[in-house]
Amino acid sequence: MTNAIEASRLDVGYGGRQVAVKVLSGLDLTVKTGSFLSILGPSGCGKSTLLRVVADLLDPLGGTISVLGDTPHAVRSRRDVGFVFQDSTLLPWRTVRDNVRLPLGVGQGSLTRKIEDRSEELLDLMGLGGFGGRLPHQLSGGQRQRVAIARALLGQPKLLLMDEPFGALDEITRDRLNDELLNLWRRTGTTILFVTHSIAEAAYLGERVIVLAANPGRLVKDLDMRPLKQDGNRCTREDPAIVAAMAELRTALERAS
Amino acid sequence: MRQGPLSPQLSVALPVLGAASILLTWQFLLPLLGVPAYIVPTPTAIAAVFQRNFALLLDNLRPTLIEALAGFVIGNAAAVLLAVLFVHNRVLQAAYFPIVLFFNTIPILALSPIIILIFGLGMTPKIVIAAVICFFPTLVNMIRGLDSASDNEHELFRVLSATRSEIFWSLRLPRALPMLFSSLRIASATAVIGAIVGEWIGSDKGLGALIIQASFNYQSDRLYAAIVLSSGLSIALFCAVVLVERRTIKY
Repeated sequence: MTNAIEASRLDVGYGGRQVAVKVLSGLDLTVKTGSFLSILGPSGCGKSTLLRVVADLLDPLGGTISVLGDTPHAVRSRRDVGFVFQDSTLLPWRTVRDNVRLPLGVGQGSLTRKIEDRSEELLDLMGLGGFGGRLPHQLSGGQRQRVAIARALLGQPKLLLMDEPFGALDEITRDRLNDELLNLWRRTGTTILFVTHSIAEAAYLGERVIVLAANPGRLVKDLDMRPLKQDGNRCTREDPAIVAAMAELRTALERAS
Repeated sequence: MRQGPLSPQLSVALPVLGAASILLTWQFLLPLLGVPAYIVPTPTAIAAVFQRNFALLLDNLRPTLIEALAGFVIGNAAAVLLAVLFVHNRVLQAAYFPIVLFFNTIPILALSPIIILIFGLGMTPKIVIAAVICFFPTLVNMIRGLDSASDNEHELFRVLSATRSEIFWSLRLPRALPMLFSSLRIASATAVIGAIVGEWIGSDKGLGALIIQASFNYQSDRLYAAIVLSSGLSIALFCAVVLVERRTIKY
């Protein structure tokens, strides 16, 4: 099985090759297909930038990256990648159902496979059955983020990129959505790259947690969580082994900031 | 004293009472103060003109209505099209937007004689003036509106490999609609102003012409009636815009 992501000596920056501000420098990273990777780091460490390179929203300045054994561009054109933003980015003039269906309405020109309208099924899956006719402003923050996830899943992506998706939510809602996300991941087998500021969230969700440092962004910690968890990436938030791992991550994060 | 919000009944009743108090003061106080009727006629005298000269008023309302409406449609449509062109071609925008900006600083009153010189004395120059007056605010608002989608929204469409035209129809245009409507509301009043200004300068028909003739002939009750009718025309156009807006924008 090919790796979901293989990046080597990856340089990413803004402002072109000559006057570039480097956001990521010489990053080597391999992510196994089907795994759940949490990415932690201080502001400006390039964790969102990394997701944008994988999603073909940004070209690297140097180094190589392959996604699902192909170029990021090919993967995006095939609709094999889904993206969830920190703000839900729902279109306020569309109903919940039509927001989930957005991938059916645009970008079909470059597609070779047929995407089915699974909007009702996905809304049910996200606990939003019966909300399809509402407008986004009639939902809570947590519900909006569920809609955004349903929309990202509509094209059945092999790779799901999540950029601090629960960062603006209260803790109870965030914990609940974390569990729902893990269930979803177990069911679909999608590879997930999950960027977050929260050490607890990163440790609870990830099979593996990496910590990036800023200026320029580089990998400073790579922690395999699987030995600390039960089968299926299961653990409790209070498990002493998880708490110890969180302390280890905190130390790495403090050094990185 | 802390003021709480008004009850629904009061918030409807108070504006009506306010208007009534002003009309009553106007009706009874001005004659008492000795202000002559040829300077400020009473509200009842103005109302009487509507009864007496209804056909005359209607005859003059029609051309102004047509000019304002045509100017409104043409000016706003041109502004929307140019805004679409500008946001899709930054080179064109950089080259021509400053010129449009400069053009806007010319007072419409100074521009009107030129427009009449070019287009003659018919309805066309009035329509052009009304269109010019509507054009600029809509252009600026529409450009801002079409550019108002967030970076994340653009990235969302990029991840979905949306084409430029899909981004336009599904993102930029719906994002621009609230700003477009706010400038259409303003244009609903300015289009009427444009038509009337055009009629002042060279016309024997329309509310503008009626205003000029009535003031030359000291028919001030007729003058005031024409003003009331102009304002009614603006209000009707404004209400039509709001009606369309409510049906279009539901969030």
